[in-house]
Amino acid sequence: MTPLRVSIFAAIAALILLAVVFELMRSRRLQERYALLWLLTGLVVFVLAVWRSLLGWAAGAVGISYPPSALFVLASFFILVVLLHYSTVISRLSEQNTALAQRLALLEHELEQERSRA
Amino acid sequence: MRKIAIVPALNEERSIAAVIAEIRAADPGFEVVVIDDGSTDRTAARAAEQGAHVLTLPFNLGIGGAVQTGLQYAREHDFGIAVQIDADGQHDPTQLPQLLAPLVAGEADVVVGSRFLGERNYKAPFVRRVGIRLFAAIVSAVVGQPLTDTSSSFRAYGRRAIVYFARDYPHGFVESVEATVIASRCGLRLKEVPVVMRQRLMGQSSLTLPLSIYYSIKVLVAVFVGIFRRSAYELKED
Repeated sequence: MTPLRVSIFAAIAALILLAVVFELMRSRRLQERYALLWLLTGLVVFVLAVWRSLLGWAAGAVGISYPPSALFVLASFFILVVLLHYSTVISRLSEQNTALAQRLALLEHELEQERSRA
Repeated sequence: MRKIAIVPALNEERSIAAVIAEIRAADPGFEVVVIDDGSTDRTAARAAEQGAHVLTLPFNLGIGGAVQTGLQYAREHDFGIAVQIDADGQHDPTQLPQLLAPLVAGEADVVVGSRFLGERNYKAPFVRRVGIRLFAAIVSAVVGQPLTDTSSSFRAYGRRAIVYFARDYPHGFVESVEATVIASRCGLRLKEVPVVMRQRLMGQSSLTLPLSIYYSIKVLVAVFVGIFRRSAYELKED
């Protein structure tokens, strides 16, 4: 069984994460599409921290003898997913950035041609 | 058929004017577009003095992004043939007729000037030569066609290739290997012709050993993934 103090600590940490994400969304510093993974992370950690028998059962099912470790494993997994998601976002942004730079160069040249014609 | 020479340039103020003049001398039918890929010297001004079109990128995109910009220009201004020529004077414009012949004859969509076909006078460090050979062997296997020089950037593109690559071209450095795979996957016809390259007029190769290793791994991964990728776009000629 998970020690009670670990459960309380994990639940509070999850709530703080949820509150921070909520505040970032409220103040429009975090878009919903990027917040969803964080919210899911906070929710899952919170549920497993509070529902102690579920965590114990889940840890046992995958062969982890000390249930709090399962909480860490799960949290790390979510962080990896978030990071991977960011890599795809960065890739897309850099593609778009390239396309914009190319467009800008072409349009600038066109503008110059128009100006020198006028 | 209107023809354009695409010259990507990064800080080549000492050689760019000569390269443009040589292209003109070799074939007056060519228009020249220089893509200034974030130069901090007078590359753009030198090119403009020679009467080339100059496209100035707001920051450095790398050779692939620069070449693609030139191909976009060629697509939008209805050029039927585009040739990619290095700004450092490595490529000899007097060899343009050989490079263009397969396009004009309608035998190919992409023609690559190979340093390893025909008479060989290509001098490069041993490691570089081995690397080029290795890539050639891998890419030949992937595209199912014997190729000898996949990293040559002395290339000619027909209209179908211009239109396709204007939308889908690999970015970054050493993009030509990936471009070869993409071309073959989307149904563009490739052909190699022998060319002789000169020692570069100015400057050094920008490749150091750690960078070479990094790019080699990057390209190998890109080629491997490319095998399992569908073409991003349909081939068409608009």
